[in-house]
Amino acid sequence: MKKAKASPSHPLDALVRTERIPHIWCPGCGIGTAFSACLMALHTSGLDLDKTVMVSGIGCSGRAAGYTRLDSYHTTHGRAIPFATGMKLAKPELQVIVFSGDGDLFAIGGNHIIHAARRNIDLTVLCVNNLNYGMTGGQVAATTPTLAKTTTTPRGNPEQPFNLPLLVYAAGATYVARWTILHTRDLTQSVQEALHHKGFAFIEVLAPCPTGYGRRNKERPLDTLKLYQERTLIKNGANPAEAFLDFERGVVLGKFVEEQRPTCIEMYDRTCRLPDSAAG
Amino acid sequence: MKFWRTPLDLQDIHVSKGMVLILEDRCKGCGYCIAFCPRDVLHESTRFNAKGYHPPEVKNPDACVNCHYCEIICPDLAIFSVEIPPHPVNAGPSEDNGSTGS
Amino acid sequence: MKPAVLTGEHFMTGDVACAEGALAAGCRFFAGYPITPATEIAEHMSHRLPDVGGTYIQMEDEIAAMAAVLGASCAGVKSMTATSGPGFSLMMENIGLGVCTETPCVVVNVQRAGPSTGLPTLGAQGDMMQARWGSHGHYEIIALAPASPQDIFYQTITAFNLSEKYRVPVLIMSDEVVGHLSERVVIPEPTAIRTFSRRRPKGRKDRFKPFCPGPDGVAPMADAGDGYRVHVTGLTHDERGYPVMTADCHAEMIARITGKIRRNLADIIRTESYRLDDADVAIVSYGVSSRSSMAAVDEARQEGIKVGLLRLITVWPFAEEAVAHLSRTVRALFTVEINLGQVHLEVERCAKGRVPCHLVGHAGGTVIAPERIVQAIKDHL
Repeated sequence: MKKAKASPSHPLDALVRTERIPHIWCPGCGIGTAFSACLMALHTSGLDLDKTVMVSGIGCSGRAAGYTRLDSYHTTHGRAIPFATGMKLAKPELQVIVFSGDGDLFAIGGNHIIHAARRNIDLTVLCVNNLNYGMTGGQVAATTPTLAKTTTTPRGNPEQPFNLPLLVYAAGATYVARWTILHTRDLTQSVQEALHHKGFAFIEVLAPCPTGYGRRNKERPLDTLKLYQERTLIKNGANPAEAFLDFERGVVLGKFVEEQRPTCIEMYDRTCRLPDSAAG
Repeated sequence: MKFWRTPLDLQDIHVSKGMVLILEDRCKGCGYCIAFCPRDVLHESTRFNAKGYHPPEVKNPDACVNCHYCEIICPDLAIFSVEIPPHPVNAGPSEDNGSTGS
Repeated sequence: MKPAVLTGEHFMTGDVACAEGALAAGCRFFAGYPITPATEIAEHMSHRLPDVGGTYIQMEDEIAAMAAVLGASCAGVKSMTATSGPGFSLMMENIGLGVCTETPCVVVNVQRAGPSTGLPTLGAQGDMMQARWGSHGHYEIIALAPASPQDIFYQTITAFNLSEKYRVPVLIMSDEVVGHLSERVVIPEPTAIRTFSRRRPKGRKDRFKPFCPGPDGVAPMADAGDGYRVHVTGLTHDERGYPVMTADCHAEMIARITGKIRRNLADIIRTESYRLDDADVAIVSYGVSSRSSMAAVDEARQEGIKVGLLRLITVWPFAEEAVAHLSRTVRALFTVEINLGQVHLEVERCAKGRVPCHLVGHAGGTVIAPERIVQAIKDHL
């Protein structure tokens, strides 16, 4: 019952490029937990993993693709979604997961995510939201809470952050959920649902960035997880408009939206292809 | 009138038992597994791993119920638990307790 | 329903001929964004592709279009986009990703006069150096310059073939005049069209190294979903595709992505000579300007000046040897292009001061008149 002497194998190792572990993420960084929830969901999904692809953009979360033993593509900053869109359209039998961060998906890549949601392209998008730009050392992001301190808002952030679930819902996403890394069982289940959802599925994962955000806002990693424990409320089906991210008032988690709408590819096939052209 | 009773199959209820395995050199010492273990199985060791962090160690092995929470909260794929098969002596003979109850 | 290869004689614009060339080459994915004067390529692809089993998508901008093209190509489908100056600028970062990840694709730039919005409806050749060096870092790329609708039909096929063979984005540097010019285009039988597809890996999937080149310097490429579980990144990477942040690994990777082009120049570089054999004076030109130059050659010869033309079909990598050779055989070199001296700089570089080099060019908005070229030759001799 003691620690095994020979190096045992982690249950997810088959899905990990173990020769690249330990990964680059800092102690207490939540990306690893979100990553492992995603892998666990894949592991138990029953999907053909040879036909499953992970696409990432740039940033800390963008490194996920490089650790996954799947076909994995680490693209340019902000462009994971259009890259994944092209891949899915060209080979619809692929299951395409986009794993990236809030800066990548919603600041530099903001235009792409709203259009992907509008098209209802069949992608599973995991957005790790750590409230700042971690890779570059903790600058203000489109998700940084008002008045929070970052290296580029030393006196506090004067701007208002995005409400990500509301934004993607308004743009047309047909599956929208938000969890924290502490709610990792719910998160894993949500990723599974999203993988089997037809259409654009979006999951926001709140995750601590102790080195960038936490350090300047007096939050140790365990403090952030306590916030996730004490200042959140699970409310499935909640209106995304209520999902504003404010730990003072409490943060709503859950599966907010799950709707059916023809996907981008279904609509293209139905509208643009002549009935006898399928064989090409 | 009694509205409650001791379950007839109390001795047969199987509480799974787990064993925690730690991949010490992957650990970055965040302490999540220690803080959020519902059965208080772990504590921080005084050892350093190859990267200079204190990995967790099992202080209370018998308490582990193999809930896997340490495994899924760990950001570093550094800890997991496996089920210890129940001891054959404890395996109750009655598969059909449901039919003998109230 | 029309077949993929539209065999027959047609009267079509350069833009439409480009789209037909792409279909004949096996292109089955197009992502685009409307921009004058390249829009007609997207329009034509949008109604032709779904009928031949392909997919067209109009993305939200040119950045997305270029990213989608790379994604589609990584899925194993021959892919392209078409744009003009402003869009070409937006595509630069992802063209670099294509270079770094060795992802085949074709990018058409129907050039208009810049900088900025410039003259959207009027032609120029001002993006030639951008084609060479527009994305950051040191790399090699292939760029072709078509001179007519018939020419762009064939060059688009060549572009796909080179792209697939060398795993590099290939740029077709067309221009507004070629794009909007309607001329006779003859499309041959499908069997008469040679197409090439990237080499796919064979052997054990778990041992495959996606960036380990074969004897030709090019690594076989696995499609997403083929079970090779490759990792592809724009970070400096080793033969496994894994990021390695060292100067040594970077040197190796850059040597690989430049070497596969530099070692195969003879296969990649195409030029055409017109009346060069006895020439005293040579014009170096490409694209629509090579047509003006050809007329100028005939005109000058009528006036007794022995002029010849070296037409660059492949502009990048540059035809260094051909130009250096010319500089040893003629008395003067003239570069004719619709800009204020871009390829001209390359001509000067390769002539190494052996002969005077002159530029006949202007800022853009119209083609260069043959008379102006003849006059420039007379002025300098």
